[in-house]
Amino acid sequence: MSTSVLFDAPGPKTVARHRIYTVVAGAAVLGFLLWALWRLYVEGQFTYDKWEVFLTPRYLEVILVDGLLQTLQMAGTAIVAAVLFGFLFGVGKMSDHAWVRWPSWAVVEFFRAIPVLLLMVFVWFLIGINTSGASYWGVVIALMLYNGSVLAEVFRAGVNSIPKGQGEAAYAVGMRKTQVMNLVLMPQAVKVMLPAIISQCVVALKDTALGQYILAPGLTKVSNQIFLEFDNRIPTIFVVASLYIVVNLILTAFATWLQKRLLGGKKKGVDIEAAAGGGRYDMGGGGGAAV
Amino acid sequence: MDAVLNDFDAYLRAFGFTLWLFLISGVLSLILGTFLVALRVGPVAVLRSAAATYVTVVRNTPLVIVFATFQFTAPTLWSALNFRWFDRLDISIGQFQFNQFFATAVIALTLYTSTFVCEALRSGVNSVDIGQAEAARAIGLPFGGVMTNVVLPQAFRASLPPLASVQIALIKNTSVAAVFGVAEAVYQMRSLTRDFPSQLNEIFIAFAIGYIIIVEVTSFLSNRLERRWRVA
Repeated sequence: MSTSVLFDAPGPKTVARHRIYTVVAGAAVLGFLLWALWRLYVEGQFTYDKWEVFLTPRYLEVILVDGLLQTLQMAGTAIVAAVLFGFLFGVGKMSDHAWVRWPSWAVVEFFRAIPVLLLMVFVWFLIGINTSGASYWGVVIALMLYNGSVLAEVFRAGVNSIPKGQGEAAYAVGMRKTQVMNLVLMPQAVKVMLPAIISQCVVALKDTALGQYILAPGLTKVSNQIFLEFDNRIPTIFVVASLYIVVNLILTAFATWLQKRLLGGKKKGVDIEAAAGGGRYDMGGGGGAAV
Repeated sequence: MDAVLNDFDAYLRAFGFTLWLFLISGVLSLILGTFLVALRVGPVAVLRSAAATYVTVVRNTPLVIVFATFQFTAPTLWSALNFRWFDRLDISIGQFQFNQFFATAVIALTLYTSTFVCEALRSGVNSVDIGQAEAARAIGLPFGGVMTNVVLPQAFRASLPPLASVQIALIKNTSVAAVFGVAEAVYQMRSLTRDFPSQLNEIFIAFAIGYIIIVEVTSFLSNRLERRWRVA
């Protein structure tokens, strides 16, 4: 239902009324923004020394390399591992053997139900909080387990969304189950699932910020160091949030483009996300709910 | 298991805070999300784009950053938003004392979750049959009437599954409040683990079970509702 169905094409009186609404609402939004900027200005948040750090090339390099790059690396490693984990357990859940199916189901349900932050703390202590790299791997492993179990559901939904006849035809020409899976169902399913997998990257990326709780490297750590040194919490949070938002918007745009490219106008991709209870409604686990 | 069982009250109190956070910000996010979706599909273009911008920006920000932004920016804008007065009011129910950190966490969780509620509801609005809105308009209902009497009730029913997954994600998201000093379950788990590192696995399992129970009960209830409210 397009939005215009919800209200009539306005007549002259309504047009006049809408004009009043527009002016009032515009003034309210603009007024709020100006008030916020003015308050921040009065509180001295726009002084040069609070923003200096973001205008100095050497610091910018630290923010982008130690911060953004590390964060992207953590998210990237986690998502690659999560795809493998999800593939393994997604296929496991579809197995004909009960002894494979049930454990896979249990693993997926377990990691989907608990917060990423809980997992992060656990893995962090498990590796040993004083071991170097423990917090880095704490973040990566926790994100792998959570996103992997979400992706397992996406894989299953993807395979189930392939028309039944495809599998039946493959069996009819004498293929075995493994061949049907690997040669016929999976290649088609992957195409349907790609946009959902990329949406999951957004969740993983957002959840890396939780690493703050276990002292992980990346943007949040760099930002902590910056505002401790320059006493400029608000500018720092503004810059860090912008970096996250920009990367996420790029990923979302890429997923949308891919969906159009691979699936055309068909709505298949959306069904999968709904089936997995993940994808675009997923806020991440810690998240995610992230978070 | 001793670490948890010896002070089982503390364990229950920690999950009590998790539940309070979930219940209060869950209800508030449903209200704010409904309001946002009305703005997003409404006739006033300025409000449409303002709501769309808000939803896009907040959805793409990590929750930790939403927390931090609210916690540090809001009191600078308006000192009442540091919720210090909350402590002076000394609000408590039974053993639960609600302090300024709790209030901040509720607001941050609400601001974040409401954007996801808005998106879930918007897909619900889109799934309502066109004829329903056309009929409502034909009998002369204005936009407000079309939304409150005809479209939103159906949209709520249709978007119950995604709304339920948003609320389940909220349960897990309450854990982020630990980073900002609310003594809920993950906070308790971390301090217990620090005190009893040898019982790491037992403590983890105990807290994981707590979350699993809350999540399963919520999804059971939402399944019941879904079956009762299924749109024919």
